[in-house]
Amino acid sequence: MRIALVTSRLRVEERLILEELARRDTPLERVDDGAIELPLGRDAAPWDLVWNRSLSFGRTLYATRILESQGAICVNAADVVETCGDKVRTSLALERAGVPTLRTAVAFTPEAALEAMRGFGFPVVLKPVVGSWGRLVARVDTQAAAEAILEDRAVLGGWTHQVFYVQEYVEKPGRDARAFVVGDEPIAAIWRTSEHWITNTARGGKVANCPLDDGGVGELALRAARAVGGGILAIDLVETPDGLAVIEVNHSGEFKNSIAPTGVDIPGAMVDYVLDAARRGPA
Amino acid sequence: MNTTASCPECDAPVQVPAEPLQGEILPCGDCGAELEVLEVAPVALGLAPEVQEDWGE
Repeated sequence: MRIALVTSRLRVEERLILEELARRDTPLERVDDGAIELPLGRDAAPWDLVWNRSLSFGRTLYATRILESQGAICVNAADVVETCGDKVRTSLALERAGVPTLRTAVAFTPEAALEAMRGFGFPVVLKPVVGSWGRLVARVDTQAAAEAILEDRAVLGGWTHQVFYVQEYVEKPGRDARAFVVGDEPIAAIWRTSEHWITNTARGGKVANCPLDDGGVGELALRAARAVGGGILAIDLVETPDGLAVIEVNHSGEFKNSIAPTGVDIPGAMVDYVLDAARRGPA
Repeated sequence: MNTTASCPECDAPVQVPAEPLQGEILPCGDCGAELEVLEVAPVALGLAPEVQEDWGE
């Protein structure tokens, strides 16, 4: 079994994964996504299983599409990556599966986006359809602010920034949850607390253990993971007045801040899943 | 045992893990620059690439 781990920058997460794989004497090829070159039309991929931990959504998506077409097992699968990396696709998948999520509208001009925002009522949230770590996520408090931000995105952004993803603003209790699902099992979750309305740990949010049965976090995370196709996933959830709702699903979730508060060996569980997928072989 | 290498931005000594991995990201404690391990034997550090628009989790 030829296994590859694709990386770009090596985060703490990838170091922990490599250490776990080494502990199990797993032969592995580390592949830098900047050096990867994938001829099309090959009969067989150079690896049997490819675990892609690249930071780049675009590189992950296309590499995974090509390698899957050549018979490799990819973690996560290309369809899953494509769904999770695009907020519109994620919303559609959640909605299709009946998973509670936030009210969302998509518009393609600043005028139509403004109309959508007025429909929700201010404040409202504007997000890029592709992007992570809370970057360019804007809480829009007034119509004047909306006009300025929408014009900026329309003038300065590429075409994806002109797909205006407008979402209701939820007055959350200063925290949201990040849950990890591996295969069919929710394995751990944390509460992320911040005085800022963006609670990402990448933005300085504080973390504490979130029991998986706390308000049904684990169960809802599993439903969200299944909705996008399953695999190794990190699900963000928020408490709304109507109950828990899923905000997004990440296909290459960061977990270094979640190991200590939960006491769960997250990289170990991920490696278990990948090695099991390798043993099972192609579906 | 940890070793040190020079920060390419400010020349301060940067702590490098005993077994560094190529591509690993290390912060410079002095200037705060994000550094990437370019070579492991001997250790060479460079400025980490800027975050790209499609980067994330």
